[in-house]
Amino acid sequence: MFGHALDIWPAAASANAVETDHLIIAFTVLTVLLTAPIFIGFTWFAIRYRRGVKADRRHGEVRSSAIEMTWMIGPFLLTLFFFAWGAQMFMRDKTLPAGGLQIDAIGRQWMWKFQHPGGQSEINDLHVPVGENVTMHMISQDVIHAFYIPSLRIQMDVLPDRYTNLWFKANRTGSYHLFCSEYCGTDHSVMGGTITVMEPAAYQQWLGASGSDMSLASAGEALFQSYGCSGCHQGQSTVRAPSLVGLYGKPVPLEDGRTVVADDSYIRDKILNPNNNLIAGYKQVMPAFKGVIAEDDLLRLVAYIKSTGVRAPM
Amino acid sequence: MTYAAQRDAHVPHATIDAPKDYLHITHTVKSWLLSTDHKRIGILYLISITGFFFVGAVAAGLLRLSLVVPDGSIFTNDTYNKLFTIHGVVMVWFFMIPSIPATFGNFLLPIMIGAKDLAFPKLNTTSWYVFMTGALFAMLSVLFGGIDTGWTFYAPLSTAFSNTYVSLALVGVIVVGFSSILTGLNFIVTVHTMRAPGMTWFRMPIFVWTMYAVSMIFLLATPVITMALILLVMERTFKIGVFDPALGGDPVLFEHLFWFYSHPAVYIMVLPGMGVISEIVPAFARKKLFGYKFVAYASIGLATITFFVWGHHMFVNGQSDYASVTFSFLSFAVAVPSAVKVYNWTATIHKGTLVLDTPMVYAMGYIGLFVIGGLTGLFLATLSIDEHVHDTYFVVAHFHYIMVGGTVLAFLGGLHYWWPKFTGRMYNEAWGRISAVLMFVGFNVTFAPQFILGYLGMPRRYHVYPAEFQLMNIMSSAGATILAFAYVFPFVYLLYSLWFGKKAPDNPWDAKGLEWMTTSPPPLHNFIKPPVVDFEAYDYAARVPEA
Repeated sequence: MFGHALDIWPAAASANAVETDHLIIAFTVLTVLLTAPIFIGFTWFAIRYRRGVKADRRHGEVRSSAIEMTWMIGPFLLTLFFFAWGAQMFMRDKTLPAGGLQIDAIGRQWMWKFQHPGGQSEINDLHVPVGENVTMHMISQDVIHAFYIPSLRIQMDVLPDRYTNLWFKANRTGSYHLFCSEYCGTDHSVMGGTITVMEPAAYQQWLGASGSDMSLASAGEALFQSYGCSGCHQGQSTVRAPSLVGLYGKPVPLEDGRTVVADDSYIRDKILNPNNNLIAGYKQVMPAFKGVIAEDDLLRLVAYIKSTGVRAPM
Repeated sequence: MTYAAQRDAHVPHATIDAPKDYLHITHTVKSWLLSTDHKRIGILYLISITGFFFVGAVAAGLLRLSLVVPDGSIFTNDTYNKLFTIHGVVMVWFFMIPSIPATFGNFLLPIMIGAKDLAFPKLNTTSWYVFMTGALFAMLSVLFGGIDTGWTFYAPLSTAFSNTYVSLALVGVIVVGFSSILTGLNFIVTVHTMRAPGMTWFRMPIFVWTMYAVSMIFLLATPVITMALILLVMERTFKIGVFDPALGGDPVLFEHLFWFYSHPAVYIMVLPGMGVISEIVPAFARKKLFGYKFVAYASIGLATITFFVWGHHMFVNGQSDYASVTFSFLSFAVAVPSAVKVYNWTATIHKGTLVLDTPMVYAMGYIGLFVIGGLTGLFLATLSIDEHVHDTYFVVAHFHYIMVGGTVLAFLGGLHYWWPKFTGRMYNEAWGRISAVLMFVGFNVTFAPQFILGYLGMPRRYHVYPAEFQLMNIMSSAGATILAFAYVFPFVYLLYSLWFGKKAPDNPWDAKGLEWMTTSPPPLHNFIKPPVVDFEAYDYAARVPEA
């Protein structure tokens, strides 16, 4: 299923993976060129100048600073080309694409839970369409994990209490490994599964077949009612609470004069710890939901608030 | 006539006035355990760390045994995790960090600068007791059932999700840090105040320079890990909320504090190795070390730069992207002083008179492994490569090349080089060379396949793995078997030499340096008469080269 024991190169399922391969191969060539003089020189001198072998051993005591500077600075400048190449690719990897598909991931000891926007969820298996930008939006429920797909040459830590992201565009269908790469306790090495890259039509079919009653946003709306959020934040509430319609991505003025952008982290933190980041013009009366609402429900609530009017966070 | 000339190996010296050497002055156990002689303390450390090395090595052997099969059927996941944690904790804190500084540094640093002891001899005895106390805590945690956090102790796994003896092991590591600080302090004061007449800074052997640089790291970096680990113990015990996000803490803060020490710690392991190699190469090439001053500056340079690169351990943990780019760039700068050393060793043997005795064979093996370890470090410093191979076997292979290749081969090379001086006995040269070659071969067979495994995507600390990784794992385990023999051989023939080895002359290698101008083993205060230094380091040029 995943290739063969004799393969010494991993499958490449994205343009990024292919470029990473080019980078490491080119860098290897350079390092071989830089170190060949050492290995050849050392071996050659060791043979030629062994004790008992006749050789010209006259050497001046003159030390050339020019030589020393050359072999210090020369290789350094040559390797800097690879620093720049790697940094440029890295920045590209870190810049999230606008739009595309967002899949939420929750890491916990010891499984991955994935939620598609349509409400379909899966555990340790991940289905994605080929040729489309996919953003993984991730958080951990307990310790630090890391989400790693070798065939895409990318990984990212998944932290408790903080969202991290990673995006990719797979260009080859197939099944590939999915690992947890940050040591996370007893069953760390079995916390993983399979990512299946499918043709968009097949992905749509899969979404339909793994049916879900409600999209993430509508599930979030139901939670918004059941946790009582709507009592204050919606309609003719007696408590003066800000409306959340169209909040996502907007700047929020705070009591202390700062302004923050209402992104996923901000909204999640406001639900769990409303006493943080007090909002200008409102009295803080909201109860804290820390320890009450689970991570996956938080994702649904954020999805709902996002669905009421989206402006991309700055 | 200067003292140096008196002690030249070519001038037979009268044995009639030779005082008893440090080994034979007294014989009781008490005289060893309460000794303030830096040489005896060096030997005490040597015995201790050899013991810890075998604890760590047995754990490594069991890990490699387990990884022969992909399904993890030999041990439970829990046992495997405890084994790799013990391997890491013991090897890093109780073997590699103290190895060369505490043994060779203690024994040789005063002799190499012509002093009769370290500046604070009683503090030196204390540091060994502190070391052993820390080790006792760590060993107790192993005896009680082990710990499963990995040697990095990342929070909140270590603070809230591990039920093992984490605090006990942490106390061990905290205590052992104080031993490092005491040793570092002692070395710095000694180098500043105890040099013999004529021993200027630029007449000091490179080994002394590296000890000086390492001592700076001990003093500046160790307090940070001490503080971080104390916070970790308090977090576990009192839930103070520094690192655990459930309590309002930040787990990434721990990573920063941890690596602010633990990256420089890599240079605590690497620099002394460079020092040892810089002694061996000129001695066995019969030639002055090429670019002595550059190599000395490079030691200080490395010790400085190492404080500015800790963030390269955190490229994928959510730290600012600009911080990552900066740390990547600074990490590339580490290559400069490292390259200086390697090129200068190579230039040193050019037109030398090479003798391929055991220490030199180890040194050549070291240089090979160090180059591979160093260059793969550059690969890891490259951001988009690290994004793929971070926390995989590529990293495991890299740091074993740099740390094990860089510490163990230099340690064994140095042990063979100075063995006659330490013990007054010669070992079997043929066995020495066989072991050195075996170690180089075993090392490469063990760790080279791990680069491939890592690029294929096998994460580190995996007990159960996909079947297609099995072939490389079997190769690696086969290499570990060769390596095990290469470790056991020196242990056997060196011990054998203590009783049955030939008596060593004062200067068996015809080497330069003050340690070779005193008796083997040295007398209590190192020299019969205090030396006056009227020669440069590595003064091999004085000899007429063979035509």
